[in-house]
Amino acid sequence: MQSVSSSRLAGIVGRLFALLASVLVTLLGLLALTFFIGRLVPIDPVISIIGPKAGEEVYRRVFLELGLDRPLWEQFLLYVARIARGDFGTSFVTNRAVLYDLASFFPATLELATLGLAIGVVTGVPAGVAAAYWHDRWPDYLIRLVGLVGYSVPIFWLGLVGLLVFYSRLDWVSGPGQIDVFYQGIVPPVTGSMLFDAALAGEWEVLANAFSHMVLPAFLLGYYSLAYISRMTRSMMLDQLSREYVLTARLKGASEFTVVMGHALRNAAIPLVTVIALSYGGLLEGSVLVETVFAWPGIGNYIASSLFRADVNAVLGGTVLVGAVFIFLNMLSDLLYQMLDPRSNLRHR
Amino acid sequence: MTITVPPLQATDTASHPARMREVQKFARRFLRNPLGVAGLAILLLLVLAAALAPLLAGHDPYLPDLAGRLAPPGATHWFGTDELGRDIFTRILYGARLTLLIVGLVVVTSAPLGLVIGAAAGTAGGFADAAFMRLTDVFLAVPKLMLALAFVAALGPGIVNAALAITLTSWPPYARLARAEALVVRDSDYVNAIRLAGGSELRIIFLHVIPMCISSVIVRMTLDMAGIILTAAGLGFIGLGAQPPLPEWGAMISTGRKFIFDQWWVATIPGCAIFIVSLGFNLLGDAMRDLLDPHLRRRA
Repeated sequence: MQSVSSSRLAGIVGRLFALLASVLVTLLGLLALTFFIGRLVPIDPVISIIGPKAGEEVYRRVFLELGLDRPLWEQFLLYVARIARGDFGTSFVTNRAVLYDLASFFPATLELATLGLAIGVVTGVPAGVAAAYWHDRWPDYLIRLVGLVGYSVPIFWLGLVGLLVFYSRLDWVSGPGQIDVFYQGIVPPVTGSMLFDAALAGEWEVLANAFSHMVLPAFLLGYYSLAYISRMTRSMMLDQLSREYVLTARLKGASEFTVVMGHALRNAAIPLVTVIALSYGGLLEGSVLVETVFAWPGIGNYIASSLFRADVNAVLGGTVLVGAVFIFLNMLSDLLYQMLDPRSNLRHR
Repeated sequence: MTITVPPLQATDTASHPARMREVQKFARRFLRNPLGVAGLAILLLLVLAAALAPLLAGHDPYLPDLAGRLAPPGATHWFGTDELGRDIFTRILYGARLTLLIVGLVVVTSAPLGLVIGAAAGTAGGFADAAFMRLTDVFLAVPKLMLALAFVAALGPGIVNAALAITLTSWPPYARLARAEALVVRDSDYVNAIRLAGGSELRIIFLHVIPMCISSVIVRMTLDMAGIILTAAGLGFIGLGAQPPLPEWGAMISTGRKFIFDQWWVATIPGCAIFIVSLGFNLLGDAMRDLLDPHLRRRA
């Protein structure tokens, strides 16, 4: 008994190390990619620091300081070391460290994406289950149509239409931005999330205003992930519902609710974790466009406006951050998968 | 290096009617799928609009008419005019050309690139294969739009650079596909027979691995096209894709954004065009998958 559990522990530790190694290699690849993109940029990195008017002497010194005379692989190692220290360079636009900028813009994005994901999961999973249960009948067609539209619609355009209808015409929600100018600076920024900060400070009026600003972009992102989540849930549920154990459960007289929710969904839930983690990453990406439309002070907006001014450090810093979050989410979903799926304890790769 | 197309025995009298029957059977099955037909119709409409733009449009897509700026939709301007008085209907028609251009550029570059890399890696095996797998992992681990944005930031804005950036982010799935096929075919008896007969590895890759992938690639490509259109439009919207005065739909939304509350048609109508076209590709792609990919049919 003792030896079984210890060998199992060794297996888990081994798998963890393998996972960690693969994550590190992927991260290194990501950095190689951004390094390569940084080299593609036709802007002279020395001139972008010292300006075009500096003399030959200064140019030479900065050139050497940046390590531009070293071989390419050495420059790459220097780059990795810099990133590992959290040094993403300085943003030409804000004149602050890119890391500082990213840290100050990220909470707003996280807030929006999290709310969007919550909406996507709460609506998408039941929709997918319903579509699979009423396979090839009208609820299925309806849900598939809704998903198809979500797949095909340009999200920034839908945001504009939403603003036009719900803000300009119907006046149900507030317009672009995170909060009205009137309410700006009332609550002290603690978490960076306007909703949390307002609730912490007990400013209910601010909270209501922040909420009405957030509804539209959050539902937009929620719809975006609903399309993906409901489609994947549907196909997984279809797969599970056609299995023999479902037939067995029905034969034994289990209620339809127990069969669908207790048996089929429980098995479909395991791969669903991966789907949800991936769609969270997708929302971070979708936020670039949505934040641009809604003037949301998040990382997507930051990246888009940096792009416009050819601020390479900021763009690449943002790419590294979002890419790293993506990789981290992938790892997390792998881990959850292994923890949730009892079979993966026995499987050796 | 020249890529030779596998010789079709079209002149062979026996196989020709059989091939025709196969095509007919495929067409009949396709016609039974109304959504797929609708998708195909949308795309035919797109091609027609692009081809016949000068004939169908009553106006010049670039010539400003400041007296008639921001006119609402009406009899002379079906979809109204934009901030420079240009007819939006005309610009949508000409924009269809740009959409096809971007999709075409991305598809003819990314699919062959991915196929060749994947087939080569899978056939070669060993270190090359492992290194390549890591590379695709990286590309797949980074969000596509972010990566395309970073590439465009480096390459500079423009329609060709946008297409190039999308290509650089969209080849890995094709490579994965080709690799998986190569792994299956690599050691099969008929391929070994070719090796024994003195066929080169290149011959195996181009004549025996890649043709095996074609039907999955077509499905994947059709489904990808919707994504390509949305990404290109997104780049145009941010201002990094096609540059003014080109009538690219995403860029048109971006300029129309300033007038969204008062002159809604400037921004919303190009968006409808993007939506309809990408819906068409998705419908067609779903139908193609059901027809060509029997493994996926149950899960679709």
